[in-house]
Amino acid sequence: MSDPNQGKTQTIAPAEPTPQRKPSKREKAWEKNTLQPTLQKNPERQAEFTTISGYPIRRLYTEADLAGWNPDTQLGQPGEPPYTRGIHATMHRGRLWTMRQFAGFGAAEDTNQRFRYLLAQGQSGLSTAFDLPTLMGYDSDHPLSEGEVGKCGVAISSLADMEVLFDQIPLADVTTSMTINSPAAVIWAMYLAVAEKQGADWKKISGTLQNDILKEYIAQKEYIYPPDPSMRLVIDTFEFGVKYTPKFNTISISGYHIREAGSTAIQELAFTLRDGMEYVEWALRRGLLIDEFSPQLSFFFNAHSDFFEEIAKYRAARRIWHKAMTERYGAKSARSWALRFHTQTAGCSLTAQQPYNNVVRTALQALAAVLGGTQSLHTNSLDEAWALPTEFAATIALRTQQIIAHETGVTNTVDPLGGSYFVEALTNEVERGAWDYIRKIDALGGMVAAIERGFPQREIAEASYRYQRELDNKEKLMVGVNAFVSEEKPLETLQIDESVAHRQAERLRKVRAERSNDEVARQLSALRTASKGKDNLMPFILDAVKAYATLGEICDAMRDTFGTYEEVAIT
Amino acid sequence: MTKKIRVLIAKPGLDGHDRGAKVIARALRDAGMEVIYTGLRQTPEMIASAAVQEDVDVIGLSILSGAHGTICPQLMNLLREKGMDDVTVLVGGIIPEADIPALKLAGIAQIFLPGTSTQEIVEFIHQRIAQPS
Repeated sequence: MSDPNQGKTQTIAPAEPTPQRKPSKREKAWEKNTLQPTLQKNPERQAEFTTISGYPIRRLYTEADLAGWNPDTQLGQPGEPPYTRGIHATMHRGRLWTMRQFAGFGAAEDTNQRFRYLLAQGQSGLSTAFDLPTLMGYDSDHPLSEGEVGKCGVAISSLADMEVLFDQIPLADVTTSMTINSPAAVIWAMYLAVAEKQGADWKKISGTLQNDILKEYIAQKEYIYPPDPSMRLVIDTFEFGVKYTPKFNTISISGYHIREAGSTAIQELAFTLRDGMEYVEWALRRGLLIDEFSPQLSFFFNAHSDFFEEIAKYRAARRIWHKAMTERYGAKSARSWALRFHTQTAGCSLTAQQPYNNVVRTALQALAAVLGGTQSLHTNSLDEAWALPTEFAATIALRTQQIIAHETGVTNTVDPLGGSYFVEALTNEVERGAWDYIRKIDALGGMVAAIERGFPQREIAEASYRYQRELDNKEKLMVGVNAFVSEEKPLETLQIDESVAHRQAERLRKVRAERSNDEVARQLSALRTASKGKDNLMPFILDAVKAYATLGEICDAMRDTFGTYEEVAIT
Repeated sequence: MTKKIRVLIAKPGLDGHDRGAKVIARALRDAGMEVIYTGLRQTPEMIASAAVQEDVDVIGLSILSGAHGTICPQLMNLLREKGMDDVTVLVGGIIPEADIPALKLAGIAQIFLPGTSTQEIVEFIHQRIAQPS
């Protein structure tokens, strides 16, 4: 392709005007004859009804809300563009979503045991949570790791830890998701090295690397390097993935953390998809071909508590991505057009108070994700406002998905809410709102430029403060927190003690004693040199990992070249 | 006019989840306090130095990662060494009930758990700072 605009941010058509609502004669008659007398007798509970994001919702949706709506082009058929009804013709009748519970705590042997327990309970894929030192590219014995080892996830400092993590788990058969971003290339290299040792074929293994650095700058803030070298590392993994691991999702473009940071549903959708477009544009600039790398892009959304707003969000996401891939980037393959996504129920909706209520919240959120056509799902455990889940709590969370899948009947038909006046109108409105944001970010020069100006960060901070005010003023209610408060006994929670840090320090000491330190120095030096040039860094990282260089050593080698990132202050 | 209450909001440890810290910073500012937000990944040394430099009345720590048991005693020792014993130190975040007595013993004035309203924190600070101890 020799399009001179390839990889450049392109502005798309200006915003379509919001259609005027013209109620039918029937509807007007109902308002006069039935509605008005009712309202006079019994006023409604509130002057305005809004979603949890603050989006206004009408009393009633009718055909007037779908004026100009074309079901052939805007709804389509399942498995066909624009994928509003889902990306597969038979959706969950054909294959259920992957039940993929996020797990990780303590040292590698602790998490290995939990993984094997979850697989034995009928979970269909693995998902790894790493601790904060690992997420930040520090070894467990680094001074900044003190007090944090194994607390929020599993501690992985070298290939030796990764070997223990996947001990007796056949990577040829199990798909694994890894929630790692700044050091994603290094952790992925460790995973690939373990797969190789097990004799698994890289061409056949499958899984997902989160690898989404943009949402780190926007929301979760676990970044190491500045945006440019970070984006280079992401595109290096894309390029490597196209060549060597065609079934692996090299990125999971994530709205989850954006929402947890307090965004609205529309912001989550818009920022996530604009992040996706940013990755596409950087990959095109590298010279990768759109239909080669795009099938390895996957997405990850939050399932918050506002049931219909969430369903509309997933449906709109598929439609926006299809439009972007075809109209902005000229993708020709249906595998590039279809947005595949993982969902996690909203951690921020869980309450520390009356924690058993969280089972109910999670079930309803999970139901929205399923009705919205998710490909994979994590359901939070009831105790997660307090700690990482106990085995007891994690089991109920998995059972929640199994109940939705096998007892409720919602999987019997494809997109059961398709054609609902409300759901279709809300899908249209959420889509329109997202495109407005996408245009704003285009005008700022793309997502990296927008982040450097603090645009998405500021929008999210505003939304999260607004929601806190609504809770404080009881305009929005949270059961057990600002309404229906009652006393409860404290829960039994999982505690991670400092013995994990000691076990980790001991294993690191052993690794450093037993490996060839000359070989490590050689590989780190090769990586440092390569990081100053333009070569793909994945092969260098793989070599360093296989020599048992630690995560911290490898990240430091790149810190020397890339420097570190300090965020723009917005408060 | 009375002097404004000065508050340092700090996010210690490696965790980057700053939603709570930012909401509190803004709520205290809206309540008329002078708020300094340290930004992310502050060590106890950095927080203690900032507290001295900014001459604050209150330090608010946001900790969600489980590292409170390590961070809080370190910070309290440093504050004592710097003669900042009179500063009120508050912790907000995910703190198991079982850990609260040890934190109070270390000198943390109050621990605010998930679900606390911002008014509650504002009122606590007003009461604490208005009454000379």
